[in-house]
Amino acid sequence: MRAVRRLGAEAVALVLATVIFLVPFALMLLTAVKDQTQAVDLDFAWPTSWPVVENFLAVIEARDYILLRAYVNSTIITVASVTLLVIFGAMAAFVLQRRPGKVARLADFLVLSGLIIPPAVVPTIWLLQALGLFKTLPGMILAEVAFHLSFAMLLFRAFIAAIPRELDEAAQIDGCSGFRLFFRVIFPLLRPVTITVILVSSVNIFNDFVNPLYLLPGDENATVQVTLYNFQSQYNTQWNLLFMDIVLITIPPLILFVFFNRKIVAGMTAGAIKG
Amino acid sequence: MTQQETGPRTGSGTPTGKGHARPAARRRSAYPYALYLPAAVVFVVIFLVPTAMAFYFALTRWTLFDSEFVGLQNFRDFLAEQNLRIGFQNTIIYAVVTSGLKVVLGLLLGVLLTSRLKVRGFLRSVVFFPTLVSTVAVGITFAMLLKPQTGLVNQALALVGIDGRDWLGDAATALLSVALVDVWKGVGLATVIYIAGIMSIPTEYYQAVAVDGGGAWHRFRHVTLPLSWPATYSVIILSFIGGLRSFDLIWTMTRGGPGFTSDTIASIIYKQYQAGFFGLSTAGNVILFLVVTAIAVPLNYYLGKRQVAA
Amino acid sequence: MKTSHRVLGAALAALTVAALTSCGSGSGAGSGAADGSVTLKFLVDNSQATVDTAKALADAFMKANPTIKIETETRPGGSEGDNIIKTRLSTGDMSDVFWYNSGSLLQALNPAQTLVDLTGDPVLQNVQKDFLPVVSQDGKVYGVPAGTAMGGGILYNRKVYEQLKLEVPKTWDAFMANNAKIKAAGIAPVIGTYKDTWTSQLFVLGDYYNVQAAVPTFAQDYTANKAKFATTPAATAGFQHLADVHAKGYMQEGFGSATNDQGMKLLVEGKGAHYPMLSAQLPPLVATMPQAATDVGFFGIPGTDAAKNGATIWEPAGIYIPKTTENLDAAKKFLAFVASPAGADAVNTAVPPAGPYRINGAKLPEDAIQAAKDLQVYVDEGRTAPALEFVSPVKGPSLEQITVAVGSGLTPPAEGAAQYDKDVEKQAKQLGLAGW
Repeated sequence: MRAVRRLGAEAVALVLATVIFLVPFALMLLTAVKDQTQAVDLDFAWPTSWPVVENFLAVIEARDYILLRAYVNSTIITVASVTLLVIFGAMAAFVLQRRPGKVARLADFLVLSGLIIPPAVVPTIWLLQALGLFKTLPGMILAEVAFHLSFAMLLFRAFIAAIPRELDEAAQIDGCSGFRLFFRVIFPLLRPVTITVILVSSVNIFNDFVNPLYLLPGDENATVQVTLYNFQSQYNTQWNLLFMDIVLITIPPLILFVFFNRKIVAGMTAGAIKG
Repeated sequence: MTQQETGPRTGSGTPTGKGHARPAARRRSAYPYALYLPAAVVFVVIFLVPTAMAFYFALTRWTLFDSEFVGLQNFRDFLAEQNLRIGFQNTIIYAVVTSGLKVVLGLLLGVLLTSRLKVRGFLRSVVFFPTLVSTVAVGITFAMLLKPQTGLVNQALALVGIDGRDWLGDAATALLSVALVDVWKGVGLATVIYIAGIMSIPTEYYQAVAVDGGGAWHRFRHVTLPLSWPATYSVIILSFIGGLRSFDLIWTMTRGGPGFTSDTIASIIYKQYQAGFFGLSTAGNVILFLVVTAIAVPLNYYLGKRQVAA
Repeated sequence: MKTSHRVLGAALAALTVAALTSCGSGSGAGSGAADGSVTLKFLVDNSQATVDTAKALADAFMKANPTIKIETETRPGGSEGDNIIKTRLSTGDMSDVFWYNSGSLLQALNPAQTLVDLTGDPVLQNVQKDFLPVVSQDGKVYGVPAGTAMGGGILYNRKVYEQLKLEVPKTWDAFMANNAKIKAAGIAPVIGTYKDTWTSQLFVLGDYYNVQAAVPTFAQDYTANKAKFATTPAATAGFQHLADVHAKGYMQEGFGSATNDQGMKLLVEGKGAHYPMLSAQLPPLVATMPQAATDVGFFGIPGTDAAKNGATIWEPAGIYIPKTTENLDAAKKFLAFVASPAGADAVNTAVPPAGPYRINGAKLPEDAIQAAKDLQVYVDEGRTAPALEFVSPVKGPSLEQITVAVGSGLTPPAEGAAQYDKDVEKQAKQLGLAGW
């Protein structure tokens, strides 16, 4: 009896989630495979023709295969900046949480400001120019790290607070402190939140749109979100191609998520934290 | 034990400043400030310095090509903006609605998706999926779904006999419609944070409840809810500040319209920026910064205190 | 423990240094190659018509000048695009040549400081004299016309007019009378697409021919802060028209959430009769809906006096050279080609023109779209005026929101005009214009 009820509940959850979260995606997919004239209607009508391959090729080939270059650029930027972000952010959040005082209060305030203040585009360009990093991938990577650091630190700090201090004490008795304490003892315990930070900031950086537009101009530097502009302009939009592009650039992060989703489960069964 | 615990707290930055009652090997703090260094360098150089420069330009009439010092004129102009009052109201409503719903729904989904549900893995992907889709795409898609006659939402409502309206074209519903879409897009993030939070709870606590013979509600009320506080804290701060600053979804879906009825402070600033009023929009950002700080710092302090307590 | 500490620190330092120093000399060094060939970067906006036009121009030019290679690069349009242009110019990172609006938007680029002065240059020899003011500041010329001018007025479905035996209206009253008949026939008289807010401005901006016919000094006085929309009846009329059309229920259902593409489709298919729009929106449709070329005509927004009927024109955008270019000679060569009949021919093969050229000796092709032909009649008869944004640097940024509010009945027209005056004042102050 209980099993039946359980099954029923699962079915309900499944149907609800699917309707709420997947119907909009169905609409995107549907529009992506329509011809241009019909796509303008932006509705659920069944496609009158199915130019799937044509749309796909049109999007891939547009502007000399800019989308493929964009995949490469976006991947490099995302992987590099998320790596730095996780290491830098977790380290800083660790001292911030463990060592209260004036410095921590200042750091705390800066973390909040980083969340609150939008980046100032033009001065950032000046600065990157002065460093010789404007229009370069390293420049873009450092900028993404700087812009997402607050988010990473906030999450890390909150979760480090949940790690008992007794653990530090024990490690210290074993002669482990500072960087070693952090990397050997604390960091491994942060696995669930690290995965969350990786997941969320990769998505945000991969999907970042405004910063690359200004800090990384030029077709050779295109990133995936900027390719949406190939099909959408102020006056005309090729909706079918736009949505095909959206579908194509949404797939890599989706794969990433499905991959990490397993990791989360693995992290859980490993029972990371023992009190 | 007590001594050890207070040690790091009182630790000053100077390497020689303490060390009483401590073995020489552990004279230095276990938490050296050097750990801040890489983050601090990147943050200060790439973010803080440009921000400080920009704040100077808030005092100027700035065309990007040249600037003229005008004192506080930009601040006066910004505060005299015609739609600032509506914008302010909308900002608060938007932030409260979106962050409130994200906390509640995120927690519920987090609990659901860490339970022994068979379809858990699939559901997680489904719930997180909207977060992956770019804001532009979400905006366009929901604009389609919310269209007055042909939109799926109104067609569905018509089936149950409700007469839908032009959700985004109607001043009464535009802002709330966008806020709900924001929740749709952002709840996946909140859920993932909650999943991490719930999974960080040591299993011993649950075992203890099980030993005491507590039921599911008891487990939720006395273990999950209080011990996932780091997640709650993060979700509240992130989504509330995010909500106060939000304009991108509003911009793609309504452009602050119809007219100016769904403008928020951030969208007013964005419009000024788009119009090339760089000094004025920077002044707006400074004001928004002050407003958000005035709300977020006490909130952060309050929530942080609870965090220590928990 | 000490070792690992130090190693890690060193590694981080190395990483930071590497990140900070690599690619140090990256930004846009000269692209002249050993064999004397030159590569020009050409930045254009991403609208289909511009991209196609730019490609046609670049291809034809490269054929004639094999040593010069042109690489086009796209950017978004609209105000996002304005900011990109300003950012790139002010940070010294502009491409060798770029495509950008003429008129008031050009004024905001500080051309004297950022652009190459072309005054008296042979580059301009084929450019029509009356075009020059819209690419000039303080008497110095900075650009050549790119593509064609376009009309801003009413695009109408000729089939609907034929069917209902209507005539092109010469006064606003006649227009409204047509609308009444069209509505009675079950067709939407006026198409509104306020999801794309910019489309709501046409009743106001496209009415400038009538404003100027009634008050010839309006542009001057307006720039000098002496004339206002709210206090000049001829200028308030545009806001009034918006309100009238809404009040009579002449727009199609769902006008508040319809997009420009949907509006064009309604018009071409005859489900809507009139669409206040720019004629340049038609050519991109011809490929998928051929009847857009033949079934859609153009007339200027009618005013009060049938004897003074005319149309408002949007001048072509310009192509400019930033001072930072290292390939000035090649860039000038390209501009000279753009502003020549050969350049116009090249464009004609790629994009059906939406209106007349501003180049001496360049003509509309025989198979031009109907709307362009209609517009050419106004031009030939001298019944046109450039839109206000081409004769005054003053243009408020919030007009499109205000016109949506007025056109949806949220704001009375007089109040809308007054709001716009305030909006304009803010812009003039921010630009530091004299007299504000």
